[in-house]
Amino acid sequence: MAIYDTRRRRSRFFLSLCYVCVFAGLGWLVIILGTLLFEGLRNMPLSVFIQMTPPPGSEGGLLNAIIGSVIMTALAMAIGTPLGILAATYMAEYGRHSRLTIIVRFINDILLSAPSIVIGLFIYEVMVVKMGHFSALAGAAALAVIVVPVVVRTTEDMLLLVPDTLREAARALGLPCSVVIRKVAYRAARAGLITGVLLAVARISGETAPLLFTALNNQFYSTDLNAPMSSLPAVIFQFALSPYKEWQQLAWTGALIITLAVLGLSIAARVLHSRRPAE
Amino acid sequence: MNDMNNVPNLNEIANPGDTHNFGEIPMAAQNAEPSLQIDKHARAPLAVTSELEAKVTVRNLNFYYGDLLALKNINVPIYTNKVTALIGPSGCGKSTLLRVLNRMYDLYPKQRAEGEVLLDGANILRRDQDLNLLRARVGMVFQKPTPFPMSIHDNIAFGIKLYEKLSKSELGDRVEAALTRAALWSEVKDKLHASGLSLSGGQQQRLCIARTVALQPEVILLDEPCSALDPISTAKIEETIDELKEKYTIAIVTHNMQQAARVSDFTAFMYLGELIEFGPTSQIFTAPENLQTQNYITGRFG
Repeated sequence: MAIYDTRRRRSRFFLSLCYVCVFAGLGWLVIILGTLLFEGLRNMPLSVFIQMTPPPGSEGGLLNAIIGSVIMTALAMAIGTPLGILAATYMAEYGRHSRLTIIVRFINDILLSAPSIVIGLFIYEVMVVKMGHFSALAGAAALAVIVVPVVVRTTEDMLLLVPDTLREAARALGLPCSVVIRKVAYRAARAGLITGVLLAVARISGETAPLLFTALNNQFYSTDLNAPMSSLPAVIFQFALSPYKEWQQLAWTGALIITLAVLGLSIAARVLHSRRPAE
Repeated sequence: MNDMNNVPNLNEIANPGDTHNFGEIPMAAQNAEPSLQIDKHARAPLAVTSELEAKVTVRNLNFYYGDLLALKNINVPIYTNKVTALIGPSGCGKSTLLRVLNRMYDLYPKQRAEGEVLLDGANILRRDQDLNLLRARVGMVFQKPTPFPMSIHDNIAFGIKLYEKLSKSELGDRVEAALTRAALWSEVKDKLHASGLSLSGGQQQRLCIARTVALQPEVILLDEPCSALDPISTAKIEETIDELKEKYTIAIVTHNMQQAARVSDFTAFMYLGELIEFGPTSQIFTAPENLQTQNYITGRFG
């Protein structure tokens, strides 16, 4: 019985250790979200969604930054998603046993964890310097470079989850590989593929560093892709560091908007993912 | 050993030194005189076999997984409009043999077959064989039901639409005919647009059979189609097989000896990658000529 008691005591000890760790981890999240909600909603000007970023000392909103973020994110997704999905399709469907796939997967994993500031610097070198000015196009390109590895990784994982028996069954009907991929594999992995895309959106919508080197910022409303463009993260960065009360308040509000947007996307991704039909 | 052009004596391969002479399979069964000499000493007269025609003839087939020789010099006919059962313990190569017949193994590198598999006299192992057309002629149903993630109707229409341009009503007729042939129509006719995944296991498997039948293949390969099903679903599938053989040539791999005895006309017993004995099912199950076959069917090993 002594052994059993010791075991129980040890189990209780480690279990409580686990609880402490969970609460420590979740606690930070709650504090961050709470502060954001409190500071972001306090004195939130109603003009946030209808006015442009103001000069120091006056009231204003974040409309140009929100629109800039949406444009650049959409453009980055439009470039990065097809690239990522096609690359992952090659890896999971055609080249599953090839050396190329192993090499691409390895490089992709490196790219996945590459610091985003390095990607920003890279685009600065190859686009901003060559073009002679900052632009929304360069910003979108930098974000697209971040999108590709995320989409490649999730798409490949999701396609590999599609049981091979399903592929065999489709091939046994005499269906060519391309049809099997489009009509069977993509369809079976659809929820997972959408989840990956949503996660990529969530990932880039908060990126600041790559945009500072590429799209810079713009105090005014602009939809010109060949000119600097405002974005929420860049505005938050600039306003939060400023000494002006109104700017700081807008930075909090901007941070809250991004956080809620990303949270919404993540929840949507989770819900979609859990609805994936078994096999 | 016999001359290669002559009838090979499988028994010599399986049991060297055994003095009995049986288990012979004509190499030229698909040729002018389709005659089957299962047993020269004719312990059981095989009157029926004289009119048999081989739809598929496997000749001197060796199969490799990488360096591993999985099938050793297999020779076996699969007769037109008959059900041929492949039995044997796990790992004996019966599923492998089945997967050669529609070249399913081609999906995987490092798997290769040597020898000949003649479908209506033409060797399907040729490199220039179009695999999609071959698989449309030689359909396959797998161990686990594999409905596609789409509606019941689309599961069946999907394959047809790739080969034929049909009007909506013609397509509907084909879907109905296929489901009827697979004995599923009455159960699903009111919910054709429900997901194929919503059906029970047995219904899903019959959906897969219907899907295969819809392409109007000539041969249907069944790889343990009932192993994941309960006895009632199994009975329904077996009835379906019985009806299908009116029109199709069927090869079925099964672990269930009673099933082989119930549904098949011919049985091939395999062991460790070799074909030990082939003959009419009634003979294999009542008077097997090989001791290994006898031990297996009586449950003494395997």
